[in-house]
Amino acid sequence: MVVSTTSRPGGGREQGARGGAPPSAGGRRRNGLLPVRLRRLGLPYLLILPALLLELLVHLVPMVIGIGMSFLQLTQFFLRNWSAAPFAGLSNYRVAVDVNSAVGRSLFHSFLVTIAFTLITVALAWLLGIAGAVLMQGSFRGRGVLRALFLVPYALPVYAGVITWSFLLQRDSGLVNHVLVDQLHLFGERPFWLIGENSFISVVVVSVWRWWPFAFLVLMAGLQNIPSDLYEASAIDGAGWGRQLRSVTLPLLRPVNQVLVLVLFLWTFNDFNTPYVLFGKTAPRDADLISVHIYQSSFVTWNFGSGSAMSVLLLLFLLLVTAVYLVITSRRRSDA
Amino acid sequence: MRIRKPYLLAAAGALVLAASACGGDNSSKGGGSTGAAEQTITYWASNQGTSLENDKEVLKPELDRFTKETGIKVNLEVVPWSDLLNRILAATTSGKGPDVVNIGNTWSASLQATGAFVPFDDNQLAALGGKDRFLGPSLAATGAPGQPPTAVPIYGMTYGLFYNKKMFKEAGIDKPPATWDELIADGKKLTKDGKWGLAVEGASVSENSHHAFIFGQQHGADLFDSAGKAHFDSPQEVAAIKQYLDLMADAKIVNPSNAEYANGTEAVQDFVSGKAGMLMWQSIATQLKQAGWTEDDYGLAPIPLPDASSGGKQVNAMVAGINLAVFKSAKNQDGALKFVKFMTSKETEQNLNKAYGSLPTVKDAYDDPAFSSETIKTFQQILGTTAAPLPQVAQESQFETLVGNAMNQMFADAASGKPITEDYVKGKLTEANQQMGG
Repeated sequence: MVVSTTSRPGGGREQGARGGAPPSAGGRRRNGLLPVRLRRLGLPYLLILPALLLELLVHLVPMVIGIGMSFLQLTQFFLRNWSAAPFAGLSNYRVAVDVNSAVGRSLFHSFLVTIAFTLITVALAWLLGIAGAVLMQGSFRGRGVLRALFLVPYALPVYAGVITWSFLLQRDSGLVNHVLVDQLHLFGERPFWLIGENSFISVVVVSVWRWWPFAFLVLMAGLQNIPSDLYEASAIDGAGWGRQLRSVTLPLLRPVNQVLVLVLFLWTFNDFNTPYVLFGKTAPRDADLISVHIYQSSFVTWNFGSGSAMSVLLLLFLLLVTAVYLVITSRRRSDA
Repeated sequence: MRIRKPYLLAAAGALVLAASACGGDNSSKGGGSTGAAEQTITYWASNQGTSLENDKEVLKPELDRFTKETGIKVNLEVVPWSDLLNRILAATTSGKGPDVVNIGNTWSASLQATGAFVPFDDNQLAALGGKDRFLGPSLAATGAPGQPPTAVPIYGMTYGLFYNKKMFKEAGIDKPPATWDELIADGKKLTKDGKWGLAVEGASVSENSHHAFIFGQQHGADLFDSAGKAHFDSPQEVAAIKQYLDLMADAKIVNPSNAEYANGTEAVQDFVSGKAGMLMWQSIATQLKQAGWTEDDYGLAPIPLPDASSGGKQVNAMVAGINLAVFKSAKNQDGALKFVKFMTSKETEQNLNKAYGSLPTVKDAYDDPAFSSETIKTFQQILGTTAAPLPQVAQESQFETLVGNAMNQMFADAASGKPITEDYVKGKLTEANQQMGG
C-alpha cells in the first residue's frame, strides 16, 4: 500500500503555486508532551503503523507460516494437529529439486513452461501497451471512448473474462473455431485449444489480453509527463516520428518501463487465476503453469509440506530475479 | 520531503477503518451460532441435483420437517463438487467447519485417516437402526476395513450403461450390448451424421479414475497391494486403461471433443440431447427429467462384463454414493447425530433418493413403488451383484487425482490423433505411480 506524498512527481513547481494557503504552522501549538523534533520524526511512522500491522498480518505472517510448513511432513494424518507433524528437514526441498524424480522433473518442466509463458506474455503485453499508448497520444475524435474500451479487459473481473475465453476456445461450439474453421477455412480439422499443444498459445493469448491494458495505462500516464517542448524541439531539429520515438519517448519512459516490466513479470509469473479458470484444476501439460502446478501438487499427495517447499523455492527465484533486475537497471540508469 | 498531513491522516484513517471492518466481519462469521448453538447445526450438502439451487429446493422440505420434529434449525450450504474436498480439508485444518457434511464415499478412507470425523461405533449404528439395516455394498464404502465407519451412507449409486432407445431403433439395434465387442459394433452403427456411439467425460479426473478402477477390475488389476503400496502401472491396469482410451482412439465411437469435457455435465448433456447414443454413468434422473425423457426414451443396462475366461473379475461398476459424516469439531454434536438419524430414516431416504434417482441405502426404504422402476431395479441389481468398492485405503484420493490426471493427458493425445500404445500408457501410469512418493 503506497501512500503518495506528492500528487505528481516532477510537477513540483505547480504544486508550490497551488498550495496558496499553506497549512504549515497551524497545528503545532497544541500538545507539548513530546519534544517537537521527536513528534515530527515519529509522526510518519505512527501514521503508517496501521498499514504496517496489516501488512504483517496479511502478508508476512502467512509467509512465515508457509516457510515453517515447508520443513514439516504435513500430510493428511497431521492436518488436524500440525504440531504433531514430523520435522522433515530439507527433504521436501530435496524432492522438489531432484530432477530425476517424477515430482522434481514435472516441477522443472512446469518451471520452464512458466518462464517461456512469462517472457512471451510480458513482451507482447508491453508491445501492445506502448503501441496503444503512443497512438492514443495525439488527440482525435473518439479517443476517450477508445481509451475506455482498451481498459475493459483490465476492469472486468478475472473470472468473467477468462471463463468467456474458455467458452470461445471450445472445440465444437467455440467461436474461435467457428471463425477459423467454418468461416476462414484455415484448418481442415477443428483444432483443440484447451488441451494439447495449442493450450500454451491459448493461455498466452488470454494472459496478454488481460495484462496489456495495464501496460497501456501505465505507459499512457508516463507519456503525459514528457514535456511537449521536447517534441517541438526535436521536430525543429528535423526528427521524424520514428526518431522521436527512439530518442525522446523511449528514453524518457525508462523509469516507468523499469517498474512496469518488473511488475508485469512478477504478476504474470505468479498468476493463478488465468490458468485455473481457463483449464480448471488440471492444466494440460503444455500449459502447466507453476502456480497451478504447485497447488495441484499439494492437493495430489495431500502433502502440504512439499507444496510449501515448492512455493518457497518459487519465492526465492522471484526474489533473485527482482534483485538482479533492479541492480542491472539502476546501474544502467546511473551510468546514463 | 514535505509531508502533506491531511492526505496521510485520511489514508491512515481509512486503513484503520478497513482493519476494524475486516475484524468485525470475521468475528461475526466465525462465531456465527453462539447464542443459539443448542438449536442450530450447519450442514454442507453435495451437489446431487441439476444445480445448487435445485438441491436447495429438494432438501428444504426435508430440513423443515427435521426442524419441526426436533426444534433444531439447519443452516444449509450446497457445496459444488469442485470445492467440496478442499473445503473439508480446510475445515479439518482449522477446526472450524460445519457440523455435518456430505462426502463422496470414495474419500471415506482418506478422510478417515485425518481423524476429522466422529467414528460410528456399534452403539451409534444401533441408534440408527443397526448395521444390518444398511445395504452391504454401501456400508463397505465407509472407511478402512476393520475400523468403525467414518460416515454413514445416505444415497446409493453405481454405474450403468444408459442408451437412447430411439437411436438404437433407428440404427437397427434391438437390445443393449452385452459384451464389449457388441458395444463397439453398436457404437459404430450409431456413429454417423455428427452423432456418436458413446459419450465420455474425458477431462474429468473423477470420472476417469472411476473408469480406471472399473476397467482395471475387469482385467484383474490391483491398484494397491496388501501393504498399501500403489501399483498403478501393472500390465493389467495398462491394458485396462488402453481399452478405455481405445473407445476413442481405436474404435472411434467417442467424439474426440469429449477429451475437453471437464466439468462433469457435458457428456450427460451430449446424451440427453441425442448427440451420443450411450453413456456409462451414475444416476442422471434429474437431468433426464429436465429433458422430459421417460423410460420409453432411454434404457439402462449393466456395463458389459469381461469374458469369464479372461482372468478378470466379474465387476462392471463401482460402489458409488454419498456418505454423511459428523465433524469432531462440531459445535452441536448431539444435534448433528440427530440429523444423521433423520437423514437415514425411512421417510427421508425415500423422499430424497426418489428426487435424486439414487438408491436408498437402508433396506426398509424399498417398499415404496417408486423404487421398482426398471432403472432403479437395474441399478439395484448392479450394486448388489457386480459392483466393487474402490480400495478403502488412505491414499485413495491420491489415486483418483494422479491417475485421473494422467488419463486427461492421454485423452488429449488420443483426441489429437497420437497413437495410444501400451508403452505410452505404461509410461504415463509409471509417472503417476512415482508421484505417490514414499
